[in-house]
Amino acid sequence: MKLSARSLVASIAALAALALSTGARAEGNLTVYCSVQEEWCQLMVNEFQKATGITVAMTRKSSGETFAQVKAEAANPKGDIWWGGTGDPHLQAAEEGLTEEYDSPKLAELHDWAVKQHETAKKRTVGIYLGALGYGYNTELLEQKKLEAPKCWADLIKPEFKGEVQVANPNSSGTAYTFIATLVQIMGEEEAFKYLKALAENINQYTKSGAAPAQAAARGETLIGIAFQHDVVTPSITSNAPIKNVSPCEGTGFEIGSMSIIKGAPNMENAKKWYDWALTPDAQKLGAQANSYQNPSNKAAPIPDQAPKMADIKLIDYDFAKFGSSAERKRLLSRWDKEIGAK
Amino acid sequence: MPALTRQSRFILQIVIVAALGFVALPWYGIANGFWSFTWLGAPTEAANASGIVQALLHGRIWLWPLPLLLIIALIDVWRGPHARVIAWCGGLGLAYLLLQGFAIGLKGWNIAALEGLFGPVAPQMGLGGGAFIVGSAFLLLLSAGLALKGFMRGDVFLVSSIAAVVASIGLFVFYPVALILIEAARDADGAYGVSALIGRLLNPDIWAVTWNSLLLAIVVGLLTTLLGLGFALLHKRTQFRAKGLLRLLAILPIITPPFVIGLGIILLFGRNGIATWMMSEFLGVPPSRWIYGFFGLVLVQTLAFTPIAYLVLIGVVDGISPSMEEAARTLRADRWRTFKTVTWPLMRPGLANAFLIGFVESLADFGNPLVLGGNFDVLSTDIFFAIVGSQNDPGHASALSIALLFLTLSAFVLQRQWIGKKVYTTISGKGDSGLPASLPDGVRRLVYWTTLPWLAFTILLYGIILVGGFVKSLGIDNRPTLQHYITAFGIDWTDHGILWSGRAWPSFFITVELAAIAAPITAIIGLLTAYLLNRQRFIGQSAFEFITMLSFAIPGTVIGVSYILAFNVPPIELTGTGLILIICFVFRNMPVSIRAGLATMAQIDKSLDECSLMLRHGSFATIRRVVLPLLRPAIVASLVYAFVRAITSVSAVIFLVSAQYNLATAYIVGRVEVSDFGVAIAYSSVLIVFMLLVIGVIQLGVGESRRAARRAAPAALGMGGATT
Repeated sequence: MKLSARSLVASIAALAALALSTGARAEGNLTVYCSVQEEWCQLMVNEFQKATGITVAMTRKSSGETFAQVKAEAANPKGDIWWGGTGDPHLQAAEEGLTEEYDSPKLAELHDWAVKQHETAKKRTVGIYLGALGYGYNTELLEQKKLEAPKCWADLIKPEFKGEVQVANPNSSGTAYTFIATLVQIMGEEEAFKYLKALAENINQYTKSGAAPAQAAARGETLIGIAFQHDVVTPSITSNAPIKNVSPCEGTGFEIGSMSIIKGAPNMENAKKWYDWALTPDAQKLGAQANSYQNPSNKAAPIPDQAPKMADIKLIDYDFAKFGSSAERKRLLSRWDKEIGAK
Repeated sequence: MPALTRQSRFILQIVIVAALGFVALPWYGIANGFWSFTWLGAPTEAANASGIVQALLHGRIWLWPLPLLLIIALIDVWRGPHARVIAWCGGLGLAYLLLQGFAIGLKGWNIAALEGLFGPVAPQMGLGGGAFIVGSAFLLLLSAGLALKGFMRGDVFLVSSIAAVVASIGLFVFYPVALILIEAARDADGAYGVSALIGRLLNPDIWAVTWNSLLLAIVVGLLTTLLGLGFALLHKRTQFRAKGLLRLLAILPIITPPFVIGLGIILLFGRNGIATWMMSEFLGVPPSRWIYGFFGLVLVQTLAFTPIAYLVLIGVVDGISPSMEEAARTLRADRWRTFKTVTWPLMRPGLANAFLIGFVESLADFGNPLVLGGNFDVLSTDIFFAIVGSQNDPGHASALSIALLFLTLSAFVLQRQWIGKKVYTTISGKGDSGLPASLPDGVRRLVYWTTLPWLAFTILLYGIILVGGFVKSLGIDNRPTLQHYITAFGIDWTDHGILWSGRAWPSFFITVELAAIAAPITAIIGLLTAYLLNRQRFIGQSAFEFITMLSFAIPGTVIGVSYILAFNVPPIELTGTGLILIICFVFRNMPVSIRAGLATMAQIDKSLDECSLMLRHGSFATIRRVVLPLLRPAIVASLVYAFVRAITSVSAVIFLVSAQYNLATAYIVGRVEVSDFGVAIAYSSVLIVFMLLVIGVIQLGVGESRRAARRAAPAALGMGGATT
């Protein structure tokens, strides 16, 4: 009994030893939630530390995951700033009051679409880059099948592409939701759903993640993958994949990669420093170094050669206020579920 | 009475430790971490002060009842002690500690009505070291009191163990999971109601997905159990030569980080895959996309989970006493009849356990359906996307979680019925020797014909994965390169020493550190629980057993989110620490440890324990000197599994990783997301090699078999290096 008592106490002491560490919160720190790809995040963090001397702790998660985390942590925020990732979760966070209003002195240097994002969110978020929707096709497969290269959204419903098109499931992917919203804005809702129904005949798989169709097309798992154009471009540069980017002739929608300060951020001052710095041309040109080819929001930031050219892309006047709202999203998604649905 | 004085001394020790915790250690969590010891610099400041200083100087007068209860216990030890007084002191103290923690939070009272009643109070942060010691002491006091009352024949160790396991599972499994399940009853406006719950559960979407998951889990559970049994028999009961290789290859899939097997399968059988290309070139089979969906999932999950069944069943096959089989042979049963009437029935509990694990693993698997699911939706991924996807509907996720829980619960009940109340012990104190019977020819051929092709397939798959790390982009650009390894694991020698310049190093070190801490804790708690379940009888045992399976049944995603909901705010504030990851690992992986312990313990005759108890050993000494040595296969299985799973798990931890504590898998997932497969594969290969080394060390350290003595010369010839 003596022995067991002692070892119990010992094991409790050992457990207690583990029980007692909480995150550091010294001065000169900043916690960044980063929702673009890791190389880009890392580069941003390193350059910011060099420029300001502030110690940055960075967590990389997809924008959906980050949104879920920010929401769960709302009572006791751990993060300071949420940088990157598609705009809808940022808008949603703004709608739910999870993020902080801020007017950066750099706002004047930004493209209109970035400022508009700031207005839509009632100052709670701002655009940092733009990525246009499009699709990529596998050049080798196209040659094998001796088909004509597609150029428009309308080409994708041609019977020769039966079972050859891939797109994400809008229930899980923001990219696919952007696709539906884009079609609705180009064609009108009834026509758009007629198109989606015809397209469903050609779809081989509704993937979970938005970038997956581009990767599948790069690997030849599907002929055509609908995705954001920068996601289509990346594999062709990083691994010479036989994939060609198409910016549809009818025009196309886009995402605005955004940045928000988390409400109740423990390091509010440093969060604002990051915010201002991230809008400078110096910070915005880092994306291309990390093989990310979105278009930066600062007018003075250089656009990399490999990036999809803005001049070649016909952007529609995407209504983020309407199509970013929870109500419209729910309505379109449930209509999609009812009339089309993932087979 | 000597028993009483021993009890008194134990209680006295607890009270002293609790008093020290209340007087000397910081009561609340320290911002820089307890081990920074910054609190020693200003020990009386509000942030650092101990419980007694908080109560004296910082106006936290509601802490006074805690020492008061300790003093009552102390006085009672002098006068008795009385079981009832001690138990009440412990129980009340624990309840009060939790109550005050939940009632007074970061902004003062958590419930506005209480402020009107008692007036404003100072806010509190998360509980820290002092509070933890005091809380544990109250739990032990409660146990000591119950033991005095005669619970578990007055064995304090047993009562404390049960109390500790129940308390920790309650805190780290039940509480967070209950929080998230309540979400299912919350409607769109945020109000809770039964109608929202019913509406969600009757949604046909949920049932379609549930069917998919169920079908997949049954098929995978059966296949993994049969193949696992095949490998266990091949290893232990045949003259198969390359047992080291067998062991290695069977273990490979279990230590492979998620996504990688799926990726390898795509590279082989995808529409552009190598096998697909060969089949269309030579056999004229047109390339198709069959791999994306049910069949692909069955294939990849069977690959991934057969090794777990093998690890469980190898202990079982090993534990079957040859003397039983020899008895059958002596009674002139032929080899087939011996196998059918002796060997096979004795394996039943092991088979049921292996099936249960395969079934539940398949249900909870997240990485593979994500890569290969196609349009075949399963519960685990649907839950993930219900939370993080564009739907953003936690209520729907909770309803899906309930469906998943229901499936696991049913499997659990059925498994119990199948094993029934029969006795399966074969290891007893009686004379037990001899060599295991060899398999009947038919069974042996079957074992060879199923396991060997599977082995060949595994070799091929891993060959492809290994190559993938050394070429630019497998399948697209096959030029060889070392760039992926340099990017991930580069090391530079500078004037200031070694610079770990590779991108993967920080997450690699953290992952290994946390897994190394979590593995032994998992094994200890798991095997202790198995001991309680198998060797002791107490009220509520079945409920207890079910709760221990709970965290295994719930997909990692749900656990991850529920941990954030539960442990981001006081009284227990853990998010952003390494500790929350360790706790998550421990309670996610403990069920396998319990299962392995149960399967092995079912074969060890209770008379051995009883003998030790009769010779006046306490239960603790009995565990240490009798049960533990016999449990070695289960210990190895638990340690290996806990360590490996801590390194390879992804869905639970993806919400819990933080800037300081990023994990290898989270990093790999990030690489896969941007189709940077080269680095993902390179990182995975390094992890695999590393884990193999660790498994080797664990086996050397703990030893594998409890029957080394029985290995006669012919059998020993066939043993590979990895087994001896």
